[in-house]
Amino acid sequence: MMDMMRLIGPLIPALRRYARALLRNPTDADDLVQDCLERAVGHWHQRQADGDARTWLFAILHNLAVTQMRQRVRRGAHMPIEDTAEANLAVAPTQESGLRHRDLMTALDALPEEQRSVLLLVTVEGLSYAETADVLAIPTGTVMSRLSRARDRMIQLMEGTETLAPTKRPLLRRIK
Amino acid sequence: MTMHPIGEDDLQGLVDERLDAARRREVEAYLDAHPEARMRTARMVALRAEMRAAFAPIATEPVPARLNLARMVEARRRPVRPTWQAMAAGLLLLIGGAGGWGLREVVSPIPTGIEALAQSASMNYAVYAPDHTRPVELAAANRDELAGWFSSRLKRPVGVPDLSGSGYHLMGGRLVATPQGPAGLLMYDDGHGARFVMLMRPMNVPGDAPMRPHTTETSNGYAWIQDGLGYSLVGTAVDTVLHPLADAIRRATAKNI
Repeated sequence: MMDMMRLIGPLIPALRRYARALLRNPTDADDLVQDCLERAVGHWHQRQADGDARTWLFAILHNLAVTQMRQRVRRGAHMPIEDTAEANLAVAPTQESGLRHRDLMTALDALPEEQRSVLLLVTVEGLSYAETADVLAIPTGTVMSRLSRARDRMIQLMEGTETLAPTKRPLLRRIK
Repeated sequence: MTMHPIGEDDLQGLVDERLDAARRREVEAYLDAHPEARMRTARMVALRAEMRAAFAPIATEPVPARLNLARMVEARRRPVRPTWQAMAAGLLLLIGGAGGWGLREVVSPIPTGIEALAQSASMNYAVYAPDHTRPVELAAANRDELAGWFSSRLKRPVGVPDLSGSGYHLMGGRLVATPQGPAGLLMYDDGHGARFVMLMRPMNVPGDAPMRPHTTETSNGYAWIQDGLGYSLVGTAVDTVLHPLADAIRRATAKNI
């Protein structure tokens, strides 16, 4: 029990960050982390003793997030990007950095889900390529190719910001 | 000296700072000779830094109370059970020290309290939810009659929550047997064939117990106790669907009763 607290506890901030990066809405993200932690507590004994707690938790969280995102798509629910971009601004931005931030989030939203998760796990969460492959249950080679495509796509989207920003946004909303 | 050709994986590895020093020098040399690749790599490095900076603040926010792990563990550990049994378990814990926890199963081989409630709900879900002939005894049209029936047999006022706001409609219900006496079973469906049930019965002890998840091999559920009445919601839906629904029911019943 102490072992569990010691291993899971320090990971909660990173789990919140990954959940928020995927779902955007802070409340939804924390709901998801709560479900993830409840599952982790309930199934701790089923975890492979030599397995890595971090990849195990990220895998639980990722699977819950994917299920939820697919339900959102089915139900046609979407989040207004205007709200979500603001919600992600942890620091009061200057106007310019605020726009830059918004472009980053918009570009991220435009990525296919499987590229977005690879990019976030490697870049933001700092997972190794092998750990990312474990979390997503895909081969490392697939991690590498998705990572490369995700980065090229992000750069492409962000450099075309002038044309992308106002006109394409309603279209991008529906992707989520 | 021969060198492995530089590939796309090397460029990604450079961006993510995952290359060993020797390989990094080789990749750098390659980039010196290939300005386009150099430019692309520089953009990827900048993107990585930008993404890390954008999301970093989230991890430094204080963790909300509801994600307090100690509290979650505590909530799972504290099943509502008759006092003498709790005392016996406590005594065994005291005698046995940490090992005493393992004796929990010996003290209560039959589930009690919220565990028993959850088990009854899961069993009834397994029996009635797949039934196509007569999944419910009284159909939803007889809502008032259903509420009256449950209230009289459970010997306390029981409401029939309306979940149409969450997209689920009431199919109806029936009275079912549990080791602790009669219980009311309501069945809902989502209009696409997914059903779930909610079991309600009075508990032996008054008071509330926080919501907790329970799972079997074939179903998921959430159980809680509100003012001495135990509730368990069971279905095959994932937690992210069940949990908000259980919250909605708890809010609805808190208002009605």
